[in-house]
Amino acid sequence: MKPFTVHTGLVAPMDRANVDTDMIIPKQFLKSIKRSGFGPNLFDELRYLDEGQPGADCSQRPLNTEFPLNFPRYQGASVLLARENFGCGSSREHAPWALEDFGIRCIIAPSFADIFYNNCFKNGVLPLALDAADVDRLFEAMYADEGYQLTIDLERQCVIEPDGRETGYQVEEYRRYRLLNGLDDIGITLEHADAILRFEAQAREARPWLFDAVGAREQTS
Amino acid sequence: MSGRTLYDKLWDAHLVETLDGGSALIYIDRHLLHEVTSPQAFEGLRLAGRAPWRIDANLATPDHNVPTDKAERSGGVDGIVDPVSRLQVQTLDDNCRDFNIVEFEINDHRQGIVHVIGPELGATLPGMTVVCGDSHTATHGALGAMAQGIGTSEVEHVLATQCLVQKKMKNMQVRVDGTLQPGVSAKDVVLAVVGKIGTAGGTGHAIEFAGEAIRDMSMEGRMTLCNMAIEAGARIGLVAVDDVTLDYVRGKPFAPEGELWDAAEQDWRQLHSDPDAQFDTLVEMRAEDIAPQVTWGTSPEMVLSVDSRVPDPAAIADESKRRAVERALEYMGLEAGQAITDIRPDRVFIGSCTNSRIEDLRAAAAVVRGRQVADTVKQALVVPGSGAVKAQAEAEGLDRVFTEAGMEWREPGCSMCLAMNADKLGAGEHCASTSNRNFEGRQGFGGRTHLVSPAMAAAAAVTGHFIDVRSLASEGGDA
Ligand code: SF4
Repeated sequence: MKPFTVHTGLVAPMDRANVDTDMIIPKQFLKSIKRSGFGPNLFDELRYLDEGQPGADCSQRPLNTEFPLNFPRYQGASVLLARENFGCGSSREHAPWALEDFGIRCIIAPSFADIFYNNCFKNGVLPLALDAADVDRLFEAMYADEGYQLTIDLERQCVIEPDGRETGYQVEEYRRYRLLNGLDDIGITLEHADAILRFEAQAREARPWLFDAVGAREQTS
Repeated sequence: MSGRTLYDKLWDAHLVETLDGGSALIYIDRHLLHEVTSPQAFEGLRLAGRAPWRIDANLATPDHNVPTDKAERSGGVDGIVDPVSRLQVQTLDDNCRDFNIVEFEINDHRQGIVHVIGPELGATLPGMTVVCGDSHTATHGALGAMAQGIGTSEVEHVLATQCLVQKKMKNMQVRVDGTLQPGVSAKDVVLAVVGKIGTAGGTGHAIEFAGEAIRDMSMEGRMTLCNMAIEAGARIGLVAVDDVTLDYVRGKPFAPEGELWDAAEQDWRQLHSDPDAQFDTLVEMRAEDIAPQVTWGTSPEMVLSVDSRVPDPAAIADESKRRAVERALEYMGLEAGQAITDIRPDRVFIGSCTNSRIEDLRAAAAVVRGRQVADTVKQALVVPGSGAVKAQAEAEGLDRVFTEAGMEWREPGCSMCLAMNADKLGAGEHCASTSNRNFEGRQGFGGRTHLVSPAMAAAAAVTGHFIDVRSLASEGGDA
């Protein structure tokens, strides 16, 4: 998982309430054996005019030019500005996978659905709940200013606007710690790497038959 | 200090570190992989730029999706007709190639169901911790190994760290003393255990199977027993190491040899519960009391002796239990109070990680030999658990016994156990199956599964209805 400390990026709008996970990534894409590669199908039914099929080449599909994420001015956005109850619906982790794969690092909204909120933290995406009034103000500023960027500082827990104005927020401490350090569960276990190596060395000494029997694959090329 | 159980000893020997909040880091010796639960885990490694912690701890084979039909199989991966299955198998091949992991690919003679090939190759050994993204990993506990199923995120965790974060479970002993009657097998014992303690009876426990009847069992039988510990709610099933274990392991391809074997044997001889060890829960049964079992419902605990009648909901006072029985009878298309011997299977499936080892096939062949599959049975499939089992069975001529009786002899894989490949039940069809789960739709949409032993499945195949295999033997034939 990528650490999240301070991030500055272009802001794009998802200007509607109750964006559900079906909207974020439609069901036909859950058949995938992968956990990456969902980015081209993020908001699939809104972004394209045809029906998306798993495995289809999205670069050939007709784009919905009225959908803001398709506007040239929002290309390369990494901060998504959204409305109430973002991410409601199913528990599919494919939703944060798709956002992350698309390049979104932070979602700012007045509120988030519970499970989606949780899932984001597991995947290096920061869901940031700000007062509705603050979100309104950010929407206006973004629409008024092409190339509008925000800086999200997780260490100091504030959003910094282009004019230097800072808005504070709170993220639960243990979630903040994991995200700041880019720690998933594997990352946390790997903090004990020395202990694992020590154990392994002792085990190799005491029970050598547990090691090397299967070996590695022979390289054919 | 009181003695330790086998589970305690295995836990202690693999404890890397105790973590805050009662969890612990447990070191994993063997990680088995198959095509269904591994793709996202490999993908996770790739995304994080991580390498497997210890490549030689891993071993992979495709089993769930592979076709068992010889013609379809002959084309290898590319010949798999269903594109989704093909992609999953191909993905396993690619991942193993990319990460340097040893894999027995679809037509390798060592390919087979993960839980069959692990022990038969000596890739799973006594005293190991074994994990796989599959709940029937408990099977390997028959060797005196701490073996358990894990989810995909844990597959990734084990690949990356060689550890599992876990809380210690409680100890349960299931003790079966006495001697099993001829015709009664490990499958009947474990079905009787599940019937007695229920599918949640072992929740939160590691079950150690002990007692005279267990000590008398072959390794194949012990694997059948541990395989279904999960159907009793326990993630782990165990049997203590004894001469039967050591004789089984000796000479296996990946097992230690020479001095290494001697050292290992000394270590493995300690793998039993101390006489004064304390168990949190104790279940006792007499072997003589166990008759051949048949499940009649949609949960493994809905099981009875073959001479019984299915329950009558009207006789059940408890409302929720009555409803569960009613629902199960309806799904299964059975009449209240109907004799189990009146149930007529449309198909018979002999296979799965529960019962596809050589001894299982021998038991089935002994019943089938010189008989014919009944006209009312549409299909009787025999699916060996691995390439090695298949070769051994063919060397013994068992394949011919089956085919001459009108059964189909297939290539190794999970097959109709979960119907991810082309082997499926039709809606409403009854199946005498040697697999482990009789959930609704498990063997195909609308399919009706009756779990039985290999001998009982064979007996149902040749008579067209469930029958006590012991009475079939006395009717004549070679059984
Ligand atoms: S045979 Fe059945 S239970 Fe065993 S691993 Fe395969 S699908 Fe799972």
